[in-house]
Amino acid sequence: MIELRNVTIRSGAFVRKGINLTVPKGEYAVLMGATGRGKTTILESICGLRQVQAGQILIHGRDVTDWNPGDREIGYVPQDLALFPTLSVQEHLEFALRLRKESRAAIAARTRELSRELGIEHLLKRSIIGLSGGESQRVALGRALSFKPTVLLLDEPLSALDEATRNEMHKLLRQVKESLGVTTLHVTHSEAESESLANRCLWLTEDGIQERPAQSRHY
Amino acid sequence: MQDRKSPVTIPPSPKENWVPRRRSDTLFFLVMSGISSCFVLLIILLLVADIMFTTPRNFYDALSKPEIRAAMRLTVLSCTAAALLSVWVGTPLGYLLSRYSFRGRWIVDTLVDIPIVLPPLVLGLSLLILFHQPIFGLQLESTFRDSFGIPIAYSWRAVVLAQFAVACAFSVRTMRVTFDQMNPRAEEVARTLGCTRGQAFLQIALPQARRGIITAFTIAWARALGEFGPILVFAGTTRMRTEVLSTSVFLELSTGNLDAAVAVSLMMVFLAVAVLLVLRIFGAGLNT
Repeated sequence: MIELRNVTIRSGAFVRKGINLTVPKGEYAVLMGATGRGKTTILESICGLRQVQAGQILIHGRDVTDWNPGDREIGYVPQDLALFPTLSVQEHLEFALRLRKESRAAIAARTRELSRELGIEHLLKRSIIGLSGGESQRVALGRALSFKPTVLLLDEPLSALDEATRNEMHKLLRQVKESLGVTTLHVTHSEAESESLANRCLWLTEDGIQERPAQSRHY
Repeated sequence: MQDRKSPVTIPPSPKENWVPRRRSDTLFFLVMSGISSCFVLLIILLLVADIMFTTPRNFYDALSKPEIRAAMRLTVLSCTAAALLSVWVGTPLGYLLSRYSFRGRWIVDTLVDIPIVLPPLVLGLSLLILFHQPIFGLQLESTFRDSFGIPIAYSWRAVVLAQFAVACAFSVRTMRVTFDQMNPRAEEVARTLGCTRGQAFLQIALPQARRGIITAFTIAWARALGEFGPILVFAGTTRMRTEVLSTSVFLELSTGNLDAAVAVSLMMVFLAVAVLLVLRIFGAGLNT
């Protein structure tokens, strides 16, 4: 469960006050809203990359407001994916597990399982340089899911993909949702993504975050 | 009844029968390369003039002098030490200046550039004063010499320090630009995966900065090789002790031995080119 209680975020001249948001455990929520309203900033605050000025951030009921990003156990896929240019696909999947000092056997097993689920087994030895958009998305998703986080934050991960690849990724994200039951907050501008993936749709407006029924999803 | 208006006819454009021709870019390239080649030509002519002035015999004579061989050895070692120190200091400083906004960053930014703009002799003099002027009752030179048995001024350590003082400024600049060009988001994602800031720096930023580090090392090494003023003032030009190739040129010139001075100068050129080539081939690839 993700919960923001009266959170204030400041980023330079940009200030966003009184943010309240709840995503129940295991649900897949999309966060929509006009550009520049602070959707990315909210995700960055939840995963600890941006300090909040006031309020509380709770993950599964625990106040993580002052926790380091690595201690929050949140999988994060930023908009530009931010893959590591010097690592191979396999090293991306192993990265978080190595940090957690998992055994070699456990790392190998998890990498095998994840690469099979994401359909990137054939890419494991490749550098991330030269991967297609869809392949890069899968690697970024695999890296975020590798350590089995309980919360997944996705920042417009499919915006740069073509229609066919996007549909594939929708399918993949639905599989992830069903098989892992990870609580997900997905920032998007796409109605189609929202309808295809979300249990709930949250809208970021001037006044705050509001939950809207499917029929009034316009902005 | 009025006639229906005849359809409006557009008068033929004077360019209608005009067929575009591919225009030649020759003039553009002639002008650009003409201006650019002035500098390249100057460098080539300088080297050619030096080569024409000297003979293999001059080289042999210069190399057979034990003091020149010692100067060459000290040059290679001190330049390498200064370049390593420059990269060691320049990498974290460049990273901090690139990634973080902190109070007084502009002051640090300006201070870093001071060795670049300071006249070399002034830098040497400042180093000499720093080590001999008591600061809060502590004189650095006597502290190092008496407490640790390590004299600094007028020793090979002063050579390295003088070279480092200038070379490091170039290293910091290079590393800052390197980190500026890297996406900080990758380090942020690494932190969400469990990295501390230190781990994100070591495991994500540093490997990406490899080429920048090699460039910083190369620039620092080349800058250290050409250093003369601060070494002259802070380390002196004692033969077999603090003499490096740049001071050898000065010493040979001051004794009227122009042939040896030119031979040593060319040795410096060859040494610099060799180091640059080796680093480029092994570090960054020839195509860069």
